[in-house]
Formats: sequence, structure tokens, C-alpha cells
Amino acid sequence: MSHPQTDLRPMIEAKDLSVSYGGQKVLDVPSLEVHHNEVFVIIGPNGSGKTTLLLCLTRLTSPQTGTVSYRGVPVLDNKAVLQLHRKLAVVFQESLLLNTSVWDNVTLGLRLRNFSRDEVKARARKWLERFGIASLARRQARTLSSGEAKRASLARAFVLQPEVLFLDEPFTALDSPTRQALLEDFESVLNETRITTVMVTHDRNEALVLADRVTVLMNGRIAQIGTPAEVFSSPADEKVASFVEAGNILRGVVTAQDKGLATIQVGSQSIDASSEVVPGTDVIVLLPYDDVTIMLPSPEKVCSSARNCLTGEVLKVFPIGSQVRVTVDCGFPIVALVTRRSAEEMGLTKGTQVYASFKAVSTRVIKRH
Amino acid sequence: MIFEGIKQAFWLLVHGDPQIIKIASLSLLVSGAATLLSLLVGIPAGSALGLVRFPGRKFLVSLVNTGMGLPPVVVGLVVSIFLWRNGPLGILHLLYTPSAMVIAQFIISFPIVAGFTMAATQQLDPKLSLQILSLGASRVQLVWLLLKEARLPLLAAIMAGFGAVISEVGASMMVGGNIFGQTRVLTTAIVGENSKGDFSYAIALSVILLALVFLVNFVLTLVQQRSKSR
Repeated sequence: MSHPQTDLRPMIEAKDLSVSYGGQKVLDVPSLEVHHNEVFVIIGPNGSGKTTLLLCLTRLTSPQTGTVSYRGVPVLDNKAVLQLHRKLAVVFQESLLLNTSVWDNVTLGLRLRNFSRDEVKARARKWLERFGIASLARRQARTLSSGEAKRASLARAFVLQPEVLFLDEPFTALDSPTRQALLEDFESVLNETRITTVMVTHDRNEALVLADRVTVLMNGRIAQIGTPAEVFSSPADEKVASFVEAGNILRGVVTAQDKGLATIQVGSQSIDASSEVVPGTDVIVLLPYDDVTIMLPSPEKVCSSARNCLTGEVLKVFPIGSQVRVTVDCGFPIVALVTRRSAEEMGLTKGTQVYASFKAVSTRVIKRH
Repeated sequence: MIFEGIKQAFWLLVHGDPQIIKIASLSLLVSGAATLLSLLVGIPAGSALGLVRFPGRKFLVSLVNTGMGLPPVVVGLVVSIFLWRNGPLGILHLLYTPSAMVIAQFIISFPIVAGFTMAATQQLDPKLSLQILSLGASRVQLVWLLLKEARLPLLAAIMAGFGAVISEVGASMMVGGNIFGQTRVLTTAIVGENSKGDFSYAIALSVILLALVFLVNFVLTLVQQRSKSR
């Protein structure tokens, strides 16, 4: 990262990439750019070619057609590929540690890249410390827990101070608490280093939390590229929608916290959500469309156990199959899925005054950095 | 009689019987050389079969697998024919020399070493190669690191290769001729003593042979287990 400001050429530029197995095209990407210092997340369903794309970009496999350029220089021959590998770091889903000590594993890349012994030591110490595994340096890699092994494999990547960091579903194989802890550490390291990062995941929450830009891969083709907000709130087509869309994404700030119930300011409204997050934290609230109930105002007082009941005006009514997608403006848009019959009986059209109601436990709260 | 034999073995060893020492050291030398050669050729060949996909690979794999069960007498026969005075390689005058025995034993142990190496490298995660390459390894460094990763089963390859040839008798007899002082090794000597009816001497030789095999394997096992627990 010598002159990220002055270097106007994209960090990575792929042109006309294609890969076929047995006559079937599994990857077909006419053009793709990754900018300097951005976190670029590739999401898509299983078998959509995410890993193949990552392997092509790293040139760990050769695409059948097309070129990959770094800072405008195409990677053409084997020598260039080796030189490229010595500027990158790749973390796979499996930790893939060698059967030796943690220290030897973490320093392997540096030794292969002919760094001086002092440099190797200094960097390894720093990154083992940073990932909280300094005390494990002398342990045999195969005696580590899966979380520790993942930390070692991340340390092995970060010691290289790569120009681009590639990650292929790095947190998928971990159990939920381990994953959460590691994700937070990883996120803060990424923010600190601002390394150009290309990450493959099928977890849209990871994409939401980490990504500067997201691309959705469908059947080996790029279906959409944009900021997380663009991709998740206005999917390019139905296929992308069915993959990325599962609910409302609300941004807010926690204003109060009471025994696991957080009050969150979203726009001009305040909502209750089940979360331990402390006041003052910026958060993203995920609310599945299915969990939002639409009610018409009535003269009698309606009693409900749902913590949240927001007034609003119907913005849009859009039928999808037997259901109807109703968008309600509550100061911010909230989408609800209701059955077509309910929508007809309630006479929902643009401009109808309604309540949008949902339970605090239906929400999922994610911290934002 | 067995007890007598063991006693005699002990006596022969303690007194450093020159005949026994000569036979035992030739055994070690011939089988050691054959094993070394088969490691030099078998490990690269086995790694290639285990790690690289190329046309004709399946055929070569079945060839190696067949070779792992090659009957020593058949090897002895083929090598004899080749080295026979008016055979294709008769001009080398190798028949009934230790070199001929090394050749025969190499042919026996090579497929074993190659087969074990192939199995050892095949069981590595294919993604491990990608990971090592991404760390900046050249092709040569990659192969070296993968072999290091498979070092435990590779030591098993050495043990199996050496075990097969030190205990083999048919080929050594046929191409070596069991000539006293020149090509007599432990196994061929045991056959000879047995046919002469000198059982206690045969038992003594057997005990020495077993002790040798045990010793070599013991040392290799120590190395193997130490690197495992380190």
C-alpha cells in the first residue's frame, strides 16, 4: 500500500473471467473491480461460484479465460503468480494449520517471503498478541480448539501485512459464541489496518457489518454490486431479493437498556428490542418481514403483548404470489408480509393509516462499528 | 533346541564371530542401499501420483499397488534373466554380486515406498496446497512442506520398504547365489543352514535377523513418535 491516495488504478481488476467444469460454466464475470482499502464482500448461495471467483482473483487457480490485474499490471506467467502470492494473504474456511507449533505456522509465510529473523519475530509477536493467542505460541497446532486455530490462521495472514487479504467463509465452521467473539476482534483489526479485503460469505449479517461494497453472485454471474444498504434494501431482481431479503434493516442508537430489553431510537421513533447492548451504541436492527403485523386503527383500545406498535401510512402494496408486501412509512419504511386475503379484507392501499406491530423478541440487534 | 539356538546366537554375537558379522553387515548394507535407492526414487514418484492429476495416473497407481505385492522370486527370476551372462545386461557381469541383490531388492521395495508415499500425500487436505501456495511457496517449497506434513506416514514407508527387503530371501538367493563371503546374507544363510540340518545355527541367525529388524524399526518408531508428540 505505497500510495493509496495517488494510485488511481483499482487494486484488483478482473476482465472476462470464466471457468467451466465439464462443459458447464461455473463462473462468468465480464468485469470486476476492487478498490484500494475497501472491504469487498462476495455473497451468494452455495454453488454460486463464490470460492471459484476468489481462487481466480488470487490466481490460486487459473481462469480458463480472462485476466486479473493488480494495480493495473496483469498477472500473466507463473513467475508473476508467485510474486503475486507473496503480496497476498488468504484465509480459508478450514484453519489449514500445518502439523507443527503455532509459532512455526504463524511465521511460515514470512519465512517463505524471506523476511529477516528480527522482522519475523517482531511481527509474529505483535499479531499473536493482537489475536489473543500469544500464550499458545509454543503449542502444537493440532492441539488447539477450532476457535484458537482460526485465530492462528488469521494471525498467519495478518503478519504478512498483505496488500490484499482474501477470506473464504472464515467464520462459517465456528460455533456461535466463538464466532461472535472472533468476528468482533476481526472487525476491529480490519478497521485499524484498512487492508484491502475480499471476503466470501453466505452470511448476510457478516456482509452488513463488514462490507463497504457487496456483490451478489448467482449461478456464476454477478447479479448486483453496491453498498450493503443498496443491495439489501433494493435488490436488483427477484433472485437477489429472495437470497438477500429476509427482513427490514433499521439503523439506530440504543438509548436505554433494562434487563435485556433495549430501547433503540430509529429515526423519530423509538422501538424496543431484545438485546444486551449498552446505551450509546450504534446498532442495526434486523426485523423479519413475517414478524410484522399490520393493524387498522380502531376506536376500542387494542391490547397486545407486542412491545412495538408504530403508526404509519401505507406507502406501497406489492403482491408476491399468495402474499402481499406492504411497505409502511413510520418515519422510516417498514415492510410487512401479509396474506393477500388479509390485505383485501383490510382494504390496504396506498395512503391507508395503519399500525405496524412487532415483538421485541422478533428483532435481532447487531452492533455497528 | 530353540533355547540352544538362542544361546548360540548370544555366544556368536558376544564373541563377535567374524562370519556372522560379515553376513549381518552385508544384509544391512544391501538392504540399506536398496531402501535408500527406493526412497530416492519412490518418494518423488509417490508424491507425484498422490498430488498431481495427469492422464494415465490411474494406470500407474494400479501398477504401483500391484508392485506392492510383487513376489520376490518373480523379481529374482526377471533380474536373473536380465543379468544372465548372455542376457540383455549380461555385459555388466553383475549376476551373483551384491549389486545384483541391491537391484532386485530395489525393485521389491520401490513400489512399497511409492505406494505408502502416495497414500500419505493423498490423505492431506487438497486445500492445504492452496494455503501453502498462498503463503508464498514456490512449487519446490510446496512439495517439501507437504512431505514434511506427511512425515509420520512417510516413516512408515521407510519401515515397510526396509522390512520387505531385509526379510526377503527368494530374489537374493537367485541373483546373489548365497556365495559364502560374497553374497551370503542372513536370510539366505538361514535357508542354507536349515537345509543342512544345522537348526541351532539357523535359529541363531534368525534371532540376529529379528533383532536387526527390530532395532531399525525401533529407532524409526522413536523418531516417528517423537515428532508426533513434540
